[in-house]
Amino acid sequence: MTNEALPAEHDGPGPQPPEAVEILWVNGGLSCDGESIALTGATQPSVEDIVMGAIPGLPRVRLHNPFLSYENGDEFMDFFYRAEDGLLDPFILVVEGSIPDEDNKPEGYWAAFGADRATKEPITTCEWIDRLAPKAWAVVAVGTCAAYGGIHAMQGNPTGAVGLPDYLGREWRSKAGLPIVCVPGCPTMPDNITETLLYLLYQAAGRAPFIPLDEALRPTWLFAETVHEGCDRGGYYEQAQFAEEYGSRHCIVKLGCWGPVVQCNVGKRGWMAGVGGCPNVGGICIGCTMPGFPDKFMPFMDEPPGAKISSAAIGIYGGAIRALRNMTMGTLNKEPKWRHNRPELTTGYQPQAYMQKKEQTS
Amino acid sequence: MSTTTTTLPEAPEKPRTLVDMNWDPITRIVGSLGIYTKIDFNNKEVAECYSTSSIFRGYSIFMKGKDPRDAHFITSRICGICGDNHATCATYAQNMAFNVRSPAIAEWIVNLGEAAEYMFDHNIFQDNLVGVDFCEQMVKETNPSVWEKAKTTEAPHAADHGYKTIADIMTALNPFSGEFYRETLFVSRYTREMFCLMEGRHVHPSTLYPGGVGTVPTIQLFTDYLVRLMRYCEFMKKVVPLHDDLFDFFYEALPGYEKVGQRRVLLGCWGSFQDPAVCDYTYKNMDEWGNAMYVTPGVVVDGELVTTNLVDINLGIRILLGSSYYDDWEEAETFVKTDPLGNPVDKRHPWNQTTIPRPQKRDFDNKYTWVMSPRWYHEGEKGDGSKSLALDTGGGPIARLWATALAGKVDIGYVKATGQSVKIYLPQTAMKPEVEFEWKIPKWSNAIERDRARTYFQAYAAACALHFVEQAIAELHAGRTKTWEPFTVPEEAIGCGFHEAVRGVLSHHVVIRDGKIANYHPYPPTPWNANPRDVYGTPGPYEDAVQNTPIFEENGPENFKGIDIMRAVRSFDPCLPCGVHMYLGNGKVLETSHSPMFGMVK
Repeated sequence: MTNEALPAEHDGPGPQPPEAVEILWVNGGLSCDGESIALTGATQPSVEDIVMGAIPGLPRVRLHNPFLSYENGDEFMDFFYRAEDGLLDPFILVVEGSIPDEDNKPEGYWAAFGADRATKEPITTCEWIDRLAPKAWAVVAVGTCAAYGGIHAMQGNPTGAVGLPDYLGREWRSKAGLPIVCVPGCPTMPDNITETLLYLLYQAAGRAPFIPLDEALRPTWLFAETVHEGCDRGGYYEQAQFAEEYGSRHCIVKLGCWGPVVQCNVGKRGWMAGVGGCPNVGGICIGCTMPGFPDKFMPFMDEPPGAKISSAAIGIYGGAIRALRNMTMGTLNKEPKWRHNRPELTTGYQPQAYMQKKEQTS
Repeated sequence: MSTTTTTLPEAPEKPRTLVDMNWDPITRIVGSLGIYTKIDFNNKEVAECYSTSSIFRGYSIFMKGKDPRDAHFITSRICGICGDNHATCATYAQNMAFNVRSPAIAEWIVNLGEAAEYMFDHNIFQDNLVGVDFCEQMVKETNPSVWEKAKTTEAPHAADHGYKTIADIMTALNPFSGEFYRETLFVSRYTREMFCLMEGRHVHPSTLYPGGVGTVPTIQLFTDYLVRLMRYCEFMKKVVPLHDDLFDFFYEALPGYEKVGQRRVLLGCWGSFQDPAVCDYTYKNMDEWGNAMYVTPGVVVDGELVTTNLVDINLGIRILLGSSYYDDWEEAETFVKTDPLGNPVDKRHPWNQTTIPRPQKRDFDNKYTWVMSPRWYHEGEKGDGSKSLALDTGGGPIARLWATALAGKVDIGYVKATGQSVKIYLPQTAMKPEVEFEWKIPKWSNAIERDRARTYFQAYAAACALHFVEQAIAELHAGRTKTWEPFTVPEEAIGCGFHEAVRGVLSHHVVIRDGKIANYHPYPPTPWNANPRDVYGTPGPYEDAVQNTPIFEENGPENFKGIDIMRAVRSFDPCLPCGVHMYLGNGKVLETSHSPMFGMVK
């Protein structure tokens, strides 16, 4: 999984960009591997676009992801040991899955990744983060589990799971000065993963400014807007047309959709190549990109408390607007009156004027 | 460590010298799996095999007390590649518990989504993950003589798939640089788009609900699906013959290769694709609607179909301990004493399971794993062995096709089960004429046949989807576009859902008390395949399969890649998030076989 194409050219001042960047992907958190799978689904860019050098200006990229790796076992883990020893530099550490509390029990462990080569005892995922994070050029938490704890940090969980910023500390900075970059979603929308990696690679190559992140450490260009702001059902909300049953084309806030208060671009971008999504295709938004997910959105199929107020408030306005629009639409749905099948011409055409004009020009 | 679970020769030809060979993690699967073996290089055999996995998340624990309507949203997160199978199975269990029946068009939409999941998932696993084990780079590194032979072996179906020699196929499978590898990545995307059309998002659906779907059925929806489906049908006309050529070549090039990953035929399939005309989700009619499924549920023992009745299948499930870090739940509450038909429900049934974790050190002489041992109780089992059978799923397709073929029930024009085979008809596509494939019951349950069945099932899923599209459009044309049926959550109820996850059997069992989840136990395929010795000493399926594997790799211990072991393990399509979703743990050991006659361990 190596792009042996030309290294990035660099004309500007400052330190020379790296010839190659390694991406070390640890899926050993409490995860479902959904982000590794999503990685293979991305098209803008695709994983092969990144590793095969199909995009100009990128350094060589060597991706070490267990789902796609040619190597097995020690041959695969060797990249991680070399990174630990400072032999792979620079590298981006990608973490998938929530981080358990390994100190909340007398023995054993919750999450591990590979095993000690001598003792064969598993190496905990926390241990790998402790070893690699200080040496990483950047650390990326993919998926809501790695970013904020997610589903495995639900109330009543036995593992004490948290997200990477809680584990390393919100003020944590990589050796290059980057905060943890969180790309939430359950799973993450595929292109949001590859696009964030692409940005970081450009930044590493000196071709992009410092990655813009919000307070929850999300890339701002992906997560600044709410689902509702990009939802193609927003018009129904504005007209106070609320679905009472699943399967309706109307706005589904009364059925449990949290779109108006959830920061996510899926309503606008779709899920894959513009296809699918959540409220835009009839699925309630359950807030899976948010730090409060899942507990603050459960039970999922009840109307969000805030939506009761806002949907009631828009009722009068929306109803009036819809009535006015229906009137206008009724007019617009009729052709102008001079289009008819009667023999006479009623378009307002004046033949004399035309003839005069023609005579003048000839 | 005295139980021998192996069919290794009693007296090996040459003195045994065992060498430790470990791969942790096994890559190109879903989740974290480690394989620890002792290899007898003199006799070219795997002598011992241990398998470990390394995460615990605790779904069964944190789901207690939650709203039962949330079950499908939560359980979807068990798995990042087949989460929708969990969500679908959960809605089946919810429908039973809530006593609600989805409108017909909603069932067709779910069937179309699940068919797309099979098409996508088998495709990416087969040709981007398993396929690498058969690619040029790998074969050159492990079996140079096989590579030499492949270069001069013409592909019998070259006209169908365009690759002149077997070596050309292997080259096309090289990761990233291989033409066919990249094509299958591309295919894995538009099949996921098909999925998203029906279920909203891959892999955790947004539009599935108990009582139906939120998907809006339109002409555009089904057109967008159909054009992609026809592209996939054309692709399958190339893929099926390509894999037949590749797999047949391995039998020819490496005589005896049928023994790689082979075990006794003990296959389970819990059925897939509901027929809305029959399926009312009631327990009392479960036999009838189970038999109407478009993949027939069934248990196959030594090639015989033991049952196709989902009630029998349900009541036969036993969750055994023996080598696992749990306290027994004999003293815990019995949630369900009898099923709705009055049949007694065993204390070891998922409805009555109480998970009582007991973390402890790994001790190979006693408890050594967090994985429990799912078994299926078979009264008719002959001999002195346990009647609790260690069924496997063979990664899904081989069990589905085998059960469906023997049952001989499915007959929808595009698919016909004949009693000993399954015929799959794909109509004319843009560049290729119509074809009929026939999957015939194989001689073995082994690595190659598990892999071959996967390819045929891709075509099977596509053929079923053609039927489902027709049915869905007929509903649409008739104006029956309501996709969801309201329901109320009862204070007290039980439910069960049966489905085929991509990798095999999937069941969800729920008990509702006071309107909340009192007990919830999903049993996905990987616990069935990847479990340890049970209380009766019966080993789990990986154990047989890997332990029986002869070594064909030409490398010695110095640069051994373990390719034959990898092919045996990957043929089961391991999916460890499913395997360990309910277990605490510092690893599971799947193989503890040890024979006192073995020589010293170096």
